[in-house]
Amino acid sequence: MSDTTDLNFENNVCPLPLPHKDRIVMSHGSGGSMTRDLIASIFHKYFHNPLLDRGNDFADFQPPSGRKLVVSTDGHIVSPIFFPGGDIGRLAVSGTVNDIAMSGGQPVYLTASFILEEGFSIADLEKVAVSMAAAAAEAGVQIIAGDTKVAEKGKADGIFISTTGIGFADAGLQIGGEFAQPGDAVLVSGTMGDHGIAVLAARNQLGFTTAIQSDIAPLNHLIQAALQAAPEIHVLRDPTRGGLATTLNEIACQSQVNILLEETAIPVQREVRAACEMLGFDPLYVANEGKVIIILPASQAEAALAALRNHPRGSQAAIIGTVTERSSSPRVSMHTLIGGTRIVDMLSGEMLPRIC
Amino acid sequence: MLDQFRDKQLVQQSLAEIRRITTRPWAIMEICGGQTHAIMQYGLHELLPQEIELIHGPGCPVCVTSLELVDKAIAIASKENVIFTSYGDMLRVPGSSQDLFAVKAGGGDVRVVYSAIEALHIAEKNPDKEVVFFGIGFETTAPANVISVVKAKNQGIRNYSMLVSQVCVPPAMHAILGSPANRVQGFLAAGHVCAVMGYREYEPIAQQYRVPMAVTGFEPLDLTLGILETVKMLESGQVEVRNAYTRGVTRDGNLIAQKIIHDCFEPCDRNWRGIGMIPMSGWKLKDAYRDFDAELKFQVQDIQTRESEICIAGQILQGLKKPYECPAFGKPCTPQNPLGATMVSSEGACAAYYLYARIDHE
Repeated sequence: MSDTTDLNFENNVCPLPLPHKDRIVMSHGSGGSMTRDLIASIFHKYFHNPLLDRGNDFADFQPPSGRKLVVSTDGHIVSPIFFPGGDIGRLAVSGTVNDIAMSGGQPVYLTASFILEEGFSIADLEKVAVSMAAAAAEAGVQIIAGDTKVAEKGKADGIFISTTGIGFADAGLQIGGEFAQPGDAVLVSGTMGDHGIAVLAARNQLGFTTAIQSDIAPLNHLIQAALQAAPEIHVLRDPTRGGLATTLNEIACQSQVNILLEETAIPVQREVRAACEMLGFDPLYVANEGKVIIILPASQAEAALAALRNHPRGSQAAIIGTVTERSSSPRVSMHTLIGGTRIVDMLSGEMLPRIC
Repeated sequence: MLDQFRDKQLVQQSLAEIRRITTRPWAIMEICGGQTHAIMQYGLHELLPQEIELIHGPGCPVCVTSLELVDKAIAIASKENVIFTSYGDMLRVPGSSQDLFAVKAGGGDVRVVYSAIEALHIAEKNPDKEVVFFGIGFETTAPANVISVVKAKNQGIRNYSMLVSQVCVPPAMHAILGSPANRVQGFLAAGHVCAVMGYREYEPIAQQYRVPMAVTGFEPLDLTLGILETVKMLESGQVEVRNAYTRGVTRDGNLIAQKIIHDCFEPCDRNWRGIGMIPMSGWKLKDAYRDFDAELKFQVQDIQTRESEICIAGQILQGLKKPYECPAFGKPCTPQNPLGATMVSSEGACAAYYLYARIDHE
């Protein structure tokens, strides 16, 4: 018979799971109580609104009668997740709000799906949620449904956010990249290349520091102001990845037209131009997240320009070119600042810094 | 501060002066790819009088890096335990069967750096990896590239090495001017190269071949002033090397940088992609630095190469043909699918024509 006198059952306690308040662990994506706690302490806390607060896996609403539904979806990954002028949360809200706004419609609701990497800081997640809530408030939209999954360490990069936007537009509104007409004016709402250079600088890839801030912002109010002043806008498009040059080439192809730009008219911040020159980048190919290209009849261009410049997000707006003619081989060209002409092509692949 | 060098009126004034003094056709070569790029980017070629033909020279280090060196880079980058670092635009240069992007996509650790020193820092932080820097360029990059090797040796960083593809301008000028097919009557010497090397070494070349040269910068006004100086000399029969880029270049150049080059490098024969072997046109690491020579470290001397059969990059790099005279230009050969290096680099003549001026030749 064995001696059991050494055993002590009085101090026997079940080891409670650690609360894991600092870092995301796999259990946060299990669907159990830790998932619920995370949702309650972060997402509901900052996003709350009547539709979300019902706590269902869905949100339902009645679309206003006589208006058409506009839907867009976008996945967001950015490194680093915090950068001068913004972060992935502001990007996830603004990006999708802007995609809806480019229809001329009003964005109203967003859904958000989070993929979190095991080990991601919960304090950082909270900062991202606060930023999303602020951007949503700025845009006047509500986040009405969401999802959270956790990926094993090494199988994601911190945090990925996918958002889907829902908006409403007047049924008769016809705005799109295919509607540019010969004779139309081409406007931009501000300086080109700020976001791309700000993110590069934040990655410490420049070898020098800059004060450049990302321009990332929801543009729906700016666009509504332009539409009120100039109701016949044909095209609205935000020049994000690939920059102004690539976006205008897309529009030229969709509409089968040629576009001619004036280099001296295109607004670029001094610091952005300087950074681009040092790296061998062309600011026309650098991403923007808070700017819009507007193409509209020349007769309404001045009215739209005045409306843009009256808005804090459009103070540097400019008329930068014209749609010259229909074309079966559409192209974008530019009068250079010394009076020559050159083609402005689409970016092929990744923009690479030049050697010298 | 550069705004005055992009001033439309000043540029137009110097263009008017070029038109005023030009009496007959002249063929002028800008040796540097950066200048080719600027000329096309600003549309300068179409503002010059018809008599002035600009021939685009072989001065793009990405374009002239030999196929065998690209293949060696790919072979090294594909090895286990190697972090391969390079200036960005080398990643897309096609080797015999793939490019460095493909190596990266296949799991290789290939990283874009902005300087050799950045590559050295990566070596310091990853002592259990071999870090290799692809040291390409003309005299401009040579001192900045090789200083990383000096530092590695001084600091005892043994896991760092450089795959050297340094080339020099004067031997290429000899090759072009000495060729029976040569059409070049005047040169724009590359401002950045001369900022390092000065321009004394060009003076005997100018005299030997009776070809005037102007040291020229990269902004529109720099370019028109360089062209103006060259045309002045051509029209008056003078043969000199004149400095039209005084804000960046002196006759002697940067003596400290030259000392670094001569302390670390010795001249060697080098293959120029599309042109062939030019004697004593490159630099290799001196014996004292052989431990940092990636070719020796990784034993990649025996690599077979194969070029595209239709690409005429060689004739383009020698100024014998214009990009739009190539049957492949803009059709099978585009920046998305380059057949030759001149279509890859943003400084390559084919890429510059494709990006900025293909409308003129369709």
